[in-house]
Amino acid sequence: MSKVKRGKVVRYNRWGYIFLIPFMVTFIIFQLIPLCTTIYNSFFENYMSGLKQVGPTFIGLENYKTLITEGDLGKYFTNTLIVWLIGFVPQIILSLLLGAWFSDPSLRLKGQRFFKTVIYLPNLIMASAFSMLFFTLFSDGGPINSMLVQAGILSEPFKFFSSISATRILIGFMNFVMWFGNTTILLMAGMMGIDPSLFEAAEVDGATPRQIFWKITLPLLRPILVYVLITSLIGGLQMFDVPQILTNGEGSPVRSSMTLIMYLNKHLYSKNYGMAGALSVYLFILTGILSFIVFKLTGPQKEKKEKK
Amino acid sequence: MADQTNMNINNRKSAGAHMRARRTVCYIVLVLVSIMCLFWFYVLLINATRSHGDLTTKGFTAVPSGYLIQNLNSLFHSSQPVLRGMVNSILVSGLTAALCVYFSAMTAYALHAYDFALKNFLFTFILAIMMIPTQVTALGFLQLIRGMKLEDNFIPLVIPAIASPVVFFYMKQYMESALPLALLEAARIDGAGEIRIFNSIVIPLMKPALAVQAIFSFVSSWNNYFTPQLILHENNKKTLPILIANLRSADFLKFDMGQVYAMIAFSIFPVIVVYLILSKYIVSGVALGGVKG
Repeated sequence: MSKVKRGKVVRYNRWGYIFLIPFMVTFIIFQLIPLCTTIYNSFFENYMSGLKQVGPTFIGLENYKTLITEGDLGKYFTNTLIVWLIGFVPQIILSLLLGAWFSDPSLRLKGQRFFKTVIYLPNLIMASAFSMLFFTLFSDGGPINSMLVQAGILSEPFKFFSSISATRILIGFMNFVMWFGNTTILLMAGMMGIDPSLFEAAEVDGATPRQIFWKITLPLLRPILVYVLITSLIGGLQMFDVPQILTNGEGSPVRSSMTLIMYLNKHLYSKNYGMAGALSVYLFILTGILSFIVFKLTGPQKEKKEKK
Repeated sequence: MADQTNMNINNRKSAGAHMRARRTVCYIVLVLVSIMCLFWFYVLLINATRSHGDLTTKGFTAVPSGYLIQNLNSLFHSSQPVLRGMVNSILVSGLTAALCVYFSAMTAYALHAYDFALKNFLFTFILAIMMIPTQVTALGFLQLIRGMKLEDNFIPLVIPAIASPVVFFYMKQYMESALPLALLEAARIDGAGEIRIFNSIVIPLMKPALAVQAIFSFVSSWNNYFTPQLILHENNKKTLPILIANLRSADFLKFDMGQVYAMIAFSIFPVIVVYLILSKYIVSGVALGGVKG
């Protein structure tokens, strides 16, 4: 293939570079330069104290140290992880279950397209509007409370947003509802890719559906599961819209639902560029490590496909 | 779960019964899951049709009332520039989607159809930058935009979409199956220039992929809150998510609750309607693309 191409197309090949110009120029201006200035900023003391501008003065790694020792970085990191876990655990369980059902030919479920359409729907909803909706629905005088009181389950309205665990569970639940459809479709695609003769052979050997799931589907699905886990974690670290709107940027109660990006957003608004820079670099390194794992996982397979 | 191991003649009947039981369990769970997804939008729809008085005093009812038009009317005449926000959102998302798919196809085409020294390096490079979150570069981005005096402008929201590694990757995968290089050769022999080949042969062939990715990038731009809220401050420039956030940060009880629900419905339901029309392409697009969000 390449021999033919070299002979005839070689004089066109400079067009490869020309067609790459828009991407590269945009990437350099709007991503690479901002990334570099963000890192540069992280080494400077630069903030507003009241109306007085402090800095910029070079202070080396001071911002990084301050974030760990004085800032609440650890606390916000833990918040982010807890809320992510609350959403992720039910998400992966339900997605595996639904994916297995949808891809099981012996079940012959009817109305699959309807159900897939419904479960994917919340993923396309504006997160900020969804969060605002939950805020109104679960507010002290909102419909959920009045339903629970009308049904006699509660004697008086429950203050969801004054309870640390209720607020976290609501944020996790919203993420769960918004993302499990996406995960289901990904896992289902993975399950469909498994050689059906493996299932047939197992059935002939007398395996139960449960055994087939645990002994065949799950092990063969592991690469996709790890991929889903890590991309979801990367997405979880970027969690912003839902808690920001739900708690009005306060992370209330007592900053227990403040996520890392909300913290970053706070620094950006108060113009504490040194801290914002250091926080961004921490996030960059963290996502970098996680992406590297995804890259290692999916990279070789892609190359194989390309060689074919 | 049912046990359907022994498929011999004696047990065929009971295996059939087990299968029916399994199927019933599946349907029950699926219906419950569907309710979990749709319930919130149902309540939203009902509440958007009710008046402030009903909403605050009468608790929840399952049937709609007749105040939708009034709520929408008072929403359009409120202090929030809602219609303007809608126009801004459509403008930003539409331009983003168009630029994103066109230039991602162009980038993918560059790496698909040509052979050059840095080809493999650039492909790996674009894959490597795929996962850099926009939030991480937000500080530098904000300073850059301020330096360029582009605050309260749609350019910083639209132009960066030209470099979208995820969409690029999808286009590249699609080209491998849908764009034979021999076709390009034939066009060259007929004397077509490279730009013309791209615009009048490659783009029409890529239509299904362009459509799927246009929908995705439109929706993600429509829903985007983080970047616009950093850049747009003027009331007339704001997009819908920022207006929703304004609603939240103002003192909540001062609002007409019917209007609040109408506002949320106003930003959610257009997407739902479009989704239901296009759902066939969207759901299969997710499975094909693999990577999203």
